[in-house]
Amino acid sequence: MNMPSPILPLKFDSVWFYGHDDIPLIKDFNIELNAGPRTIIVGPNGAGKSLLLRLCHGLLPPTKGQITWTSTTAQHAQAMVFQRPVLLRRSVYANIDYALSLHHVEKSQRGARIEDVLNKTGLSRHANAPARMLSFGEQQRLAIARAWALRPQILFLDEPTASLDPSATHQIEQLIQAMHDQGTKIVMTTHDLGQARRLGDEVLFLHRGRLLEQAPAEHFFTRPTNDLAQAFVTGELLWWKRGEGPRRDPKHNR
Amino acid sequence: MNDIVQALQTAITLIVSLDANLAEIIGLSLFVSLTAVMIAVFIGLPLGAAVALLRFPGRGAVQVTLNALMGLPPVVVGLVVYLALSRAGPFGVFGLLYTPTAMIIAQVILVTPIIAALTRQVIEDLWGEYEEQLTSLGASRVRAMPTLIVDGRFSLLTAVLAGFGRATAEVGAVMMVGGNIDHVTRVMTTAIALEVSKGDLALALALGIILLAISITVGATAQAFKDRQESRGQR
Repeated sequence: MNMPSPILPLKFDSVWFYGHDDIPLIKDFNIELNAGPRTIIVGPNGAGKSLLLRLCHGLLPPTKGQITWTSTTAQHAQAMVFQRPVLLRRSVYANIDYALSLHHVEKSQRGARIEDVLNKTGLSRHANAPARMLSFGEQQRLAIARAWALRPQILFLDEPTASLDPSATHQIEQLIQAMHDQGTKIVMTTHDLGQARRLGDEVLFLHRGRLLEQAPAEHFFTRPTNDLAQAFVTGELLWWKRGEGPRRDPKHNR
Repeated sequence: MNDIVQALQTAITLIVSLDANLAEIIGLSLFVSLTAVMIAVFIGLPLGAAVALLRFPGRGAVQVTLNALMGLPPVVVGLVVYLALSRAGPFGVFGLLYTPTAMIIAQVILVTPIIAALTRQVIEDLWGEYEEQLTSLGASRVRAMPTLIVDGRFSLLTAVLAGFGRATAEVGAVMMVGGNIDHVTRVMTTAIALEVSKGDLALALALGIILLAISITVGATAQAFKDRQESRGQR
């Protein structure tokens, strides 16, 4: 079997993205995502976290600037798991099989791959069940199984545990960890600082479309250099008024 | 009032005794309508899906045209098909006028826009839900077409049923291009029209009851199928 060529690092060179009415939603991003460390993207609502993932994954083109992968075959070496899993109206097995067929995996190889990821995600007994009959947590595990079956070099996850209870969240985190252990680069957005601490090796902190801090997780959570990142880590509320700069919760302004 | 009651009794007798003339008309009606709907499905589903997903110059005009053609007057279709198939027309050499084939052609023209327009709406709605995931998996819009048709099958069944309803209820166009010839092109709707004009209400009523029964049976079967699939989580 041919080994796929490495697609990382992923580079952003002065990337801007404008939304409706020409409002800049991603402003002048210059980042490099390397293979290995798990990258967690945090920030308040509207910071541009999900948008950044979509730009990385190629679901949206940048308005200005360049996003480049090391290899031209990057499209087939990456996968994404969304906050709400979108599953086809077919069986659990058929959902994974469909994804593999899109990636031109030989039919003779698909069965073993599907059984492997179903075992890893604990969904083997649901293989023939309609995917949409699964619980929300199981559906998210299936979304991860589908992504895993593609053997991506990089996996993007957009708040994959946002609507899950602690038990289901724990299961998803274990799967993400297992994929990381097998060599998949993890890039994930989350609102949950505890989760960012548990899973993150490096953290990107975004605020209103700007990257304010990129640091190793330990550094980010203990001594963030940016004022707003510090406020965010300590749980202060961040907000802003039109035409004014960002504000912090006055109770914390001591 | 007595005439109507008597006609109803005769109609029921005709149905129960499986009258040969009645059976022949029903058989031809179903053959013509089902064939037309099948052809319309083969054209309408991919056409509707293509208009929903693909971006090409004139797409807006195609959308408007499809919607407009949903209300196509049957007599106009009948007239156009008649002119095309008549001896002086461009397809006159095939000798199709006053044959079931001519009736199928007219019904295909009437039914296809209905199926295509309803398919477009269903696929567009599904695409809104699936776009990011399918794009993420590497599916192009063309590759997504069969996927969305399969996944939207239960909603699309409604579109097919609407087409079938239009086909079975059609009278004007099939009368013009079929000629309502006994044992050749006489179908339920044209027979009802003829028998009423002759004052023979019994056969007309019998055919009317059967036409209604077919519509209800098809609709109920489709609904039962959808409900069953829904309970199995396939919707």
